[in-house]
Amino acid sequence: MMHDMEVKDIVGDYKETILNLYGGLRRVVLYTEIETPYPDGKLIVSTTDITGVITHVNKAFVEMSAYTEDELIGSPHSILRHPDMPAVAFKDLWDTVNRGEHWQGFVKNLRKDGGYYWVKATVIPNIRQGKVVSYTSVRRKPSRIKVNECITLYPTL
Amino acid sequence: MPYQFTVSPDFSPEHLPGWYIFNTWLQRRSNEAIHLELYDSFQKLGSAIEADQVDLIYANPFDAAVLVRKKGFLPLVKAAGVSDEAIIAVHGDYPALDIGDLSSGIKVALPEAPDVSMIGMMLLEAGDLNAGNIRALMCDSYILIAKQLLQGNVDVGVFFAEAYDDLSNITKSKLKVLVRSQISVIHHTLMIGPKLASRRDDIQHSLVTMNQDEKGKHVVKSLGFDAWVTVEDEEMEFMIDLMDALAI
Repeated sequence: MMHDMEVKDIVGDYKETILNLYGGLRRVVLYTEIETPYPDGKLIVSTTDITGVITHVNKAFVEMSAYTEDELIGSPHSILRHPDMPAVAFKDLWDTVNRGEHWQGFVKNLRKDGGYYWVKATVIPNIRQGKVVSYTSVRRKPSRIKVNECITLYPTL
Repeated sequence: MPYQFTVSPDFSPEHLPGWYIFNTWLQRRSNEAIHLELYDSFQKLGSAIEADQVDLIYANPFDAAVLVRKKGFLPLVKAAGVSDEAIIAVHGDYPALDIGDLSSGIKVALPEAPDVSMIGMMLLEAGDLNAGNIRALMCDSYILIAKQLLQGNVDVGVFFAEAYDDLSNITKSKLKVLVRSQISVIHHTLMIGPKLASRRDDIQHSLVTMNQDEKGKHVVKSLGFDAWVTVEDEEMEFMIDLMDALAI
């Protein structure tokens, strides 16, 4: 279950907007300009069901998102959606994994406290007995050069 | 004809006698004739797997996909509390303090262990380094990687974290760790092939309980860890998916 973001959770000055998410969901998001650096050496890993609802997160995911594990499990993965991310990127992600292929891209994720963090994400369909049963997303530390390219590119998409 | 057991070629040389002792224990416990065949390269191991000459294997995670998805192997156990992690290190006098300080064109000493190399390259990627803009030097031991660093022949060394920790204190005092991976879910796995599949449950049970008697405890210690723990099918599949995701 995903709720609108709340002022009490936000750290620092924030802006407010409404996101129209996949599946007809709408969410009020509050976001700041505070970046949390990606931790060296770690992978952020999560699994979702085929509708994009989170079923598993690792410790690094919990730490970086600032949500608790209980808040994350059962929520749509778009709980991390940052307003600076172009919708076309997520359309491409879903189109790609629905074809049974891997998707890779650089993503700016939104934290519960309104801050953000950049990742290089790889999403793969989990195929068991020939059927896609879930999706695993693995995030690693992105190169700063690639992030800077995305900061320039994404507003144009 | 005995069943063939092998150990991924990246095992620590100091544990070589331990694997022979383990094989003897396994034969007695399973009442099966099992021959331990060790290959000195991943290429030779790959050929043996391809030719169905392996029935039991302590496998590198990199080989798990082929073993499970093409050869019908099933996971048995993994070493308790052990995961495959990599370290990126430089000479102590090298100016870099983290991966972001490294620049393209550097010379990188890499191990032959494919999982460690892959994790190492993934760590370097954060500094915009990839196979296309580094000069790779493959080394067949971690001692050699340390030597290449100390002699100034390479800029960066990629180590299996456990092997780095086992270097002498003198060597480590002359090196500098830039980053250590903390992935936790990538590990070697003892796996059983189709010809022995009917024995999976009882062999698995023997393995996870082997540290409960003095003899078994001594044998498992000789491999460098304290106990075996069960690897479920889905855990194995998840690790294969993860390796798959990291390989691209």
